[in-house]
Amino acid sequence: MAREQRATGGGGGRAALLARTTLERLRSRAFLLVAIGLLLFYPSYVDSAQDLELMGEFFPSLNSMVIMIVFTMMAVGLNIVVGYAGLLDLGYVAFYAAGAYTAAWFASLQFEQVTFHFGAVGVSEDLPGIHISIWLVLLLAALFTTVVGIMIGLPTLRLRGDYLAIVTLGFGEIIPQFVRNGDSIAGFDLTHGTFGISPIDSPGFGSTLNDTFGLPESYRQATNAQELFFWTAVVLLLFTVFCSVRLRDSRLGRAWIAIREDETAAAAMGVPLMRTKTWAYALGAFFGGIAGAYYASFKSGAFPADFYFNISIFLLCMVILGGIGSVWGVIVGGMVLGWLNVEGLATIGSKVNEATGIDFEVPKYQFGIYGFIIVLMMLFRPVGLIPERRHQRELEEGVHDEPLYDATHEGN
Amino acid sequence: MLVGLIVVWLLVNFFKDPSEFAAVFLIGLTNGTVYGLVAIGYTLVYGILQLINFAHGDVFALSGLVSFTVLVDWLGVTPADSTAVAVGGILFTLVVVMAVFATVNVTIEFVAYRRLRHAPRLAALITAIGMSFIVQNVGLALYDVDFRSASGLIPRTNVFEIGDVSYTWNKFMVILITVPVLVLLTWFVASTRHGKAMRATAQDRDAAAMLGINVNRTISVTFALAGALAAVGGVLFLTQFNMRYDTGFELGLIAFTAAVLGGIGNLTGAVLGATLIGLIQAFNEGLAWHAPGSDWTRSIVFGILIAILVFRPEGLLGERTPEGA
Repeated sequence: MAREQRATGGGGGRAALLARTTLERLRSRAFLLVAIGLLLFYPSYVDSAQDLELMGEFFPSLNSMVIMIVFTMMAVGLNIVVGYAGLLDLGYVAFYAAGAYTAAWFASLQFEQVTFHFGAVGVSEDLPGIHISIWLVLLLAALFTTVVGIMIGLPTLRLRGDYLAIVTLGFGEIIPQFVRNGDSIAGFDLTHGTFGISPIDSPGFGSTLNDTFGLPESYRQATNAQELFFWTAVVLLLFTVFCSVRLRDSRLGRAWIAIREDETAAAAMGVPLMRTKTWAYALGAFFGGIAGAYYASFKSGAFPADFYFNISIFLLCMVILGGIGSVWGVIVGGMVLGWLNVEGLATIGSKVNEATGIDFEVPKYQFGIYGFIIVLMMLFRPVGLIPERRHQRELEEGVHDEPLYDATHEGN
Repeated sequence: MLVGLIVVWLLVNFFKDPSEFAAVFLIGLTNGTVYGLVAIGYTLVYGILQLINFAHGDVFALSGLVSFTVLVDWLGVTPADSTAVAVGGILFTLVVVMAVFATVNVTIEFVAYRRLRHAPRLAALITAIGMSFIVQNVGLALYDVDFRSASGLIPRTNVFEIGDVSYTWNKFMVILITVPVLVLLTWFVASTRHGKAMRATAQDRDAAAMLGINVNRTISVTFALAGALAAVGGVLFLTQFNMRYDTGFELGLIAFTAAVLGGIGNLTGAVLGATLIGLIQAFNEGLAWHAPGSDWTRSIVFGILIAILVFRPEGLLGERTPEGA
């Protein structure tokens, strides 16, 4: 902003411009605050909203909201990889699985050979298995998933474009299969196979914090459990969005965008390709891990049936619908598709069936519908619903027009 | 090192139970042949557009389901019919389904990919994923979630028998149909005007256009060929195994792996890679001594895919491309 003003120079225009940009900024800030406010107070008006005639059914329940927010978090994480750095990742579900299973390992009865408690709530002291406070588990999951991301990234990030996409798809298939078959790795039950691991401990702050600050002791035992899970999800989402926006504007973020735009040019300007790409992978995985672990704790289980290829595509669809690279767009895309997934399609389907009298199971065809959305968006509005400003400019000004001689496809 | 271990493992299995080994080998060969037909489709399209046509596997699955309609519902061929009727029915189905799916594949290219030819390559790839889901759901809408199969039409009498190992007509038919198809394809690509145009376009689209080659039509021809080959695969798969709307997803990925293993863009490579993958899968699932089993097939196939892409992206027979360097 400041640079734009300087560039326009002094004179009378400057004051007007300053006023206009300040106004714009204020407006977007106000809009943001209203949106966050509406979201935070959703529990207090959801019941009355659902009672509305005609519209009421379109308001999701609190439980659905938690799922929507968790998936939106993952979409924002995926956006770091796909949107900022331009690396198509078709195996993001692997990070979701890694996060969920970290929660399952460190906050359940899974490893009953040991009994280790550290800040866990809602479980009796002598319960076997590892039980660590969910807040720490979220951190552990984030770190573990980051390591997984780096491990996947290091050997594969040398590849370009569609080859990389295929390799990530491969990992996205291998990890869930590993989880499914991991009930006897050399005789050791690591993942409990197709049954998954359940139950997983609830988040909570324990009795001491409850006595001093009135923070809820254990979410699942609280009377307003749904609201607590919801607010925590919102806080995690806000944290993800904040980090995501700050990262985009950081030195690292600019390096990602440079790589996305033109890898060869970026390398020539001294951007370390491998390190920058690996960071994109690691940080994208980081948020996927948090989301996965929180979701596992919310659902009180980690089941291998949840981690299939379609989830990766579903998340990718959120990013594309919202606008590749645009954080606000991805949030909108994530919430819309998340809603369609948990409630919307069923609601719309029953409405349509009522109105037309035909019997058509809309939710059954959900992935066909998502596929349709992907194709339509790519053909007619590749920038997404709320485009990233830079990306839109490029598409309009045609930076990407294929030159007759394509330097990136010549040997290097 | 790893290759050595695998060879040792295969040898031990061979000497423990040679007849089982041979039987598994034949199963692998049959599977590999079907994979090959699909893999060629990936390779042809990749060669000319540098696009991984994700929808290809689902086109294959849909073609198999449609051939069930033609063969069983329309023609009413049942295992009780004589072999001559069954063979005639299968050949007729082949012709119909090949024509239909050549058209379907050309339509997919026309509707979804043509507009994106000058867009960033990832845009076309993402569209292909979207198309894959659409085609899959068309299959779901038309055929629901039930499995279809037309196995048992060709009698399981032996072509030859060595000891305990028997090779049935049922399996031999796959080879009998595939080999002429491949010969025809090779002739088409190597000798006809269209084939030459395809190779020229694959090498350099702009230069081909400058020399008066109709690039759009050539790409359509490529997609038609790929669709027809997928349809052959679909019919053959239907006569051997069960299939339903989502069979194509996994099989497509396996076939793509085969294409990459052989060297993407290379027709012989695709067939070679597919045969190898078919054998690997059969050995993994069929051998008795220390085989990981079908639970791990996917991981093994993708492990191969990743290893190939990371260590030898040009595949077994391919040329080195900057993409993988």
